[in-house]
Formats: sequence, structure tokens, C-alpha cells
Amino acid sequence: MLIEIGHFALVLALLVALVQGVVPLVGASVRSRPLMDLARHAALLQFGLVALAFAVFMHAHIVSDFSVRNVFENSNTAKPMLYKVSGVWGSHEGSMMLWVLMLTLFGGLVAALGRSLPAGLRARALAIQGLLGFGTLAFIIGTSNPFDRLIPAPIDGRDLNPLLQDPGLAFHPPFLYFGYVGFSITYSFAIAALIEGRIGAAWARWVRPWALTAWCGLTIGIAMGSWWAYYVLGWGGWWYWDPVENASFMPWLLGTALLHSAAVVEKRETLQRWTVLLAILTFGMSLIGTFLVRSGVLTSVHSFAVDPTRGVFILVLIALVIGGGLLLYALRAPGLETGNPFAPVSREGAVVLNNLLLCAGMATVFLGTFYPLFAEVWSGVKLSVGPQFFDATFVPILAPGIIAMVIGPVLAWRRGKLMASIRRLSPALIGALLAPIVVFAIDRAAPPAALAGIALAVWAMLGVMTDLADRSGLAKQPAATTWRRLRHLPRGTWGYAIAHFGVGVLITGITVSTAWRSERIETLHPGDTVEIAGRTLRLAGVTEGDVANYHAQRAQIVVERPDGAPMTLYPERRWYPVARSQTTNTAIATNGLGDLYLALGDPDGQGGWVLRAYYNPLVPWIWFGAILAALGGLVSLSDRRLRLRLPAARTSAAITPTGSADN
Amino acid sequence: MVRRLVLAVALAAGLGGTAAHAVEPSERLADPALEVRARALSQELRCLVCQNQSIDESNADLAHDLRVLLRQRLAAGDTDRQVLDYVVARYGVFVLLDPPFAPVTYLLWLTPPMLVLGAGIFLVLRARRRRSDPEPPALSEEEHARAALLLGERG
Repeated sequence: MLIEIGHFALVLALLVALVQGVVPLVGASVRSRPLMDLARHAALLQFGLVALAFAVFMHAHIVSDFSVRNVFENSNTAKPMLYKVSGVWGSHEGSMMLWVLMLTLFGGLVAALGRSLPAGLRARALAIQGLLGFGTLAFIIGTSNPFDRLIPAPIDGRDLNPLLQDPGLAFHPPFLYFGYVGFSITYSFAIAALIEGRIGAAWARWVRPWALTAWCGLTIGIAMGSWWAYYVLGWGGWWYWDPVENASFMPWLLGTALLHSAAVVEKRETLQRWTVLLAILTFGMSLIGTFLVRSGVLTSVHSFAVDPTRGVFILVLIALVIGGGLLLYALRAPGLETGNPFAPVSREGAVVLNNLLLCAGMATVFLGTFYPLFAEVWSGVKLSVGPQFFDATFVPILAPGIIAMVIGPVLAWRRGKLMASIRRLSPALIGALLAPIVVFAIDRAAPPAALAGIALAVWAMLGVMTDLADRSGLAKQPAATTWRRLRHLPRGTWGYAIAHFGVGVLITGITVSTAWRSERIETLHPGDTVEIAGRTLRLAGVTEGDVANYHAQRAQIVVERPDGAPMTLYPERRWYPVARSQTTNTAIATNGLGDLYLALGDPDGQGGWVLRAYYNPLVPWIWFGAILAALGGLVSLSDRRLRLRLPAARTSAAITPTGSADN
Repeated sequence: MVRRLVLAVALAAGLGGTAAHAVEPSERLADPALEVRARALSQELRCLVCQNQSIDESNADLAHDLRVLLRQRLAAGDTDRQVLDYVVARYGVFVLLDPPFAPVTYLLWLTPPMLVLGAGIFLVLRARRRRSDPEPPALSEEEHARAALLLGERG
């Protein structure tokens, strides 16, 4: 009965979405306030209904209701509770439910928080959001119904894929989806602006925080996913240029461009058209990312052809969303206001450069991801495009962006002076030139790419610090003044500083862990030892036993370091009998500066076990950097929210001539 | 997306093992220099039955066979190029993770530099157009005075 209620709520949500997508649009064009206001109520109701359906679906998973096909296929009574919950979005149907839940959540948030928005803009944006909800719900109900029944109900389920039974994987989809779907808001606002034919101040003030919000979620989601791949796949890699990874990386790249150009729109009233276009493309990439992975077309053209219903539905949806958006853009964008002019060398100009590079990088990733598919369709040749292609193309495209990323924020708005700005950054420049020389002096075998990476990373980190020191008058002003100025820097400035510093940390982690990792792969008998990175590893023994829904083989490895007490690590192999699948559970000891990474391999049948040991220096910095970047986004966001709440105070502060002269 | 779900499903669906288990101690060549070349080569070869893994990362039987095969070729004195050609002759160009520069990949390899070139041309054209824009008229004495007043002590 409960299941039917959930199913019913989902169908009702579809109808509400249709109303939300049509009536307010009509209302806005005939200027009928009641029809426009319907959008808010419909958005909240749609969210409520989808949330109800989602709760029912989750309940079915928690109580293991195997009369629901999806629960039977993805759960098992012996599965730990954590994964019964996360198993909700572990399957195709469930992940679509999570997607639409996020979509309606964002619609509901606009309805709840958007009281100060012009009624027409709000109605139109919510209507577009409603149409997106309608498309997704139709897809779910039509092709991927999570509430399909199995009568009679089986005794027990097939269990969730063991690779997914992991805390890192369990909780990264919600972040990822939050990010993907968050960009639906900027899309809806972009379309609403195109329909209205104008981009007002309210539009600019709204788009940036939403772009930032979505971007933070996506950043955290990608970082978590990469961390998961790192510790689960058992050989210490953390990014594979896998199509599924690229699918999340492409909207991230465009989203990064979007949030920078949206900041320019807000502060300088320029780049409006470009920002609208980016908003359309970013959400388009989110859709392509989510749905093309879901449809299986990336795995093989053949699996797509076997069951084309979902794939065709998805393609039509994508074509409508992107094609419709771009068509509207082509028709209406020429009528939008042109922005304030700026010189090529200016902060706006730096954002344009960053946007171009990010877009070129995105296009490269797109090309590499889809080329095998195109090539096979056009010429029948089956090709592979591996990491080598991306390393050779994407990295050189983005590297100049890192150089510009430091100079941009130091340039003045409208018209900057390049040489003067570089001179202001001279401490960072000197550091960036010295650091690779020092590294080379220590390790003559350091690869040139690693030295270049070090230079970029130091440039990024010192650049931010130099800028902050400059803004606060460090060494030119008394310490008290410096401190006061630092504290009174706007949150947005702090956000930029933290995020850009995080990029430097990230590059350091990538460079050092790639160039200086060490590896030992040996067959060990109990009592044998192996040396890695100054540590001695001894296999004390391997124990076996049944735990929860798997059978475990657990090695006890004693690690001895010249300094410090010995510690014990337990790398493990697991056999999941129901899913008939083997996984490796690595053991990682980290001190923030490097990871000792152990994976247990196969037994050799003569009492020996293969042990894979890696020492990955600075690898945790990759994720520290990503977290810092997301944190920077959140700090910047806190600034915006305060201003959004107090529009009046903001206006009065802006016209006080002597106010906050330090900034 | 549940990242790598496709990978996960494909593997669970019948390809056996999941986690990458790469090169085994028993496969290794005695000559360290040859072994280094073997590792580098095996990172360029795709494990054909896996989802987007190199044979260096995969524990599938086929990956193991290929690792052994390429080591045999190296031990027999082949150059890196000859080893790759040998494998491609048997498994097709699909096995190469680093796509070769050939007619079918011209578009792949040439598009990224074209994009950068296009972006550069766009920026240059834009800069030229801006330069031809008239400068805003200089401020008069009176406007200077007002600006100084508005800027206060910042001036």
C-alpha cells in the first residue's frame, strides 16, 4: 500500500510539474499575478510530492521490501543498514529519483527564498524548472519506474554491487547530484532572462550564488569520487579520465567558468550574454554527463542499441533542453543589453581568458570522451582514447589559466596595468622561479613536467598570499592596521583567496604524488619483510573469516619506521557470495604529507601472498586542495547571502563616499 | 552519476574480479631496465575485456597474458615500437590507449590546438576592436574636483 502511495505521489508530481511549467509562463505574458504566483505553490508542492515518493522508496529499501523489483535487484537482508540507505541511489532508478529530488528541492528553494525577486522573472524561472521536472519525471515513470512490483515477492534480494558498498561511494552521489542539478537553477534563470529579453540587477545578484552553490557541491562530489577510486581500486591512482569521471568533470569546468563570469555580471554589468550562454551550456553538460552515462551509450554503442527506449528518451530530452536553450539564445540574445566596455588587460579581461581556456579544456575532454563513439559510427574503427591524450592536450591548455588565475585578481577592473600587477606579484614570481631550481638541486632526476608543476603550484599559492599581504598593507602598515584590514576584507575576497590557494595545493599534490611515488609489489610469506620509502613492512599473517555479507581475507602488516612506534595495517580481500564478486580493501596510513598504501593481492598457493605497497607523497593534498576550493566557494557564498538579505543596507553603504575606504 | 557504476556493473556482470591487480611478481623480468620499459608499455595498452583500464592496472587473465607477451617480445630484443606494432597487429588499434596520429584521429589531435588558436584569435580581434573604440573624454577641472571629493581621503 505504501508503495502505491509513493507511486501515486510521483505521478501527481508529474502533473503538478506540467502545471508549474505552463501556467506561470502564460501568467507572466498576460501579467496575471495569481497565475504567476501559482509557480511558487506548485514548486513547493512538487518538491513535497517527490520528497514523499523518495521517502517511500527509501523506506522500502530500509525494510527490505523485496516485492519491489528495485529493492530485490539491489539489496539483501544481510546488507549493513548504511548501505541499505545508500543503496537507494545505487541503482539506475534510485539515482534518477535522487536527481529529481534535487531538482525539485532547488525549485522549492527558489520559491521559498525568492520573495524579493521580480514576479515575472520568478514565475518564468520556476516554470522552466517545472518543465525540467516534467521531463525527468516522465522519464522515470515511463522508463525507469522505481516502484515496479515483483509478485510473488522473492525471499531475499540479489545484493548491491559490492564496489558500491563503501562509505566514500555511498555518500558522494548526493553531492554530485546537488552540483549537477544545482546548475538547473542558473539554466532556468538564463532561459527566463531570454524570454523576458532583459537581464536586470536582480538576475545578476541571483545567478552567482546559485552557480556557486552548485559548484561547491560538484567540487566536493568529484573530490569524494576520486578519493573513493583512490582507495578502492587498489593501485593508488586517483583519476583515470574514465568517461564516467569526465562526465562530472565537464560540467565542473563550465561551472567554474560560469561562476567567474557571473561575478563579473554582478559587479561590473558586463559579459551578460556570455554568462547566459554559459549557464545554458553548463546545465547541458550536467544533463549529458548524467544521462549519457545512464543510457550506457558510452560503454558501447551496442548496449545502447539493445535497449534504446531509455537512450532515445534521454537524447530527446537533451536535445530539447540544449537545443531549445540555444535556439532561444540565438533569437533573443542580440536584444539583450550590451555590457560596459573594458580593456583586454583588466580583471574582466582575465575572466574572459579564464573562460576561454576552461571552455577549450572542456571541449578537449568532451572530444576525448566521445571520439571513440564518433569514430566507430563514422569509420567503423574501434579506438581508445586514454589518459595519454588528456595529459597531452588538457594539461597544456589549462596551465596558462593557472598563470592568469594569479594575475587576474590583482588587475584593476575595466583597465589594468599588466607590468605593474606582475611587479606587485614579484615575491610570488621569485618563489615560482626558485622552487623548481631547489627541487632540481635535491633530485637531479626530477622530470621537467614535475618542475613545471611545482613552479605553477608555488606561483598559485604565493600569488594569493602576496595579494592578501598587499591588500592588507603588510610590512607597510603597523601590524594592528594589517590585521584590521585582513579581518575587514570582504568574504568574497577571502573566498577567492582560499579557493585559489586550494588550487595551488591541489597542483602540488598532483605533481609530487605523480613524480615521486614509489611502488613495491612482492610475494610475501608470513614473516617476510619488504622495504618502501624508508619503512619496513612485515607480513605477520593472514586471517580468514565471515563478516556481515562477505568473506574476508585479512593480512596483518607490521610497519616499522626508523622514527616512531611501529604500527599495524590490515589490507583485506573480500568475497561477496551473493553478488559473486571480489573486492580489495586497501589499508592506508596517512600523515598528511604522504600515504603508505597497501593492497593485498592473490595468494600464490604456497602460503605466499602478493602485497602491493605504494608510498604516495603529498597525495592527500589533492583532496585538501579540492576541499579548500569548495570551502572558498562557501565562504564567498556566505558573503552573498548576507547581502541578499539586506539589499537596502547595501545600497546605502555603496553611496557613502568615505565608507570602507580600505577595500 | 554514481561514478564508475558502469565499470562496476560491467565487472560484476561476469568479468570476475574488480579491483585492479596489475603486474604480478612472477611476471617480472630479471633485467630492471627491460622491466621499466615493460611497465611503461603496459600503461599504453588497453585491457580489452575491462572497462577503460590499462593492462598494467588490470588483473584480468587477458591482461596477464598480454603482460607476459610483451615481456617475451622485449626479452627477444624488440624495440618499444615493434612490441606495440606486434600487439596492434593482433588486437587492432583499439588496444592502444594513446591513440596514434592517423587519418582517423586527425580531428582528435588537431582540434585542441585549433581551439587554443581560435581563442587566441578571438582575444586579439577583440583587443583590436576595443582599441578602435574612442577613449572616454577626459575629465574637466570641475569633474576632477568632484571626483576627488567623492573619493574622500582615498584620493
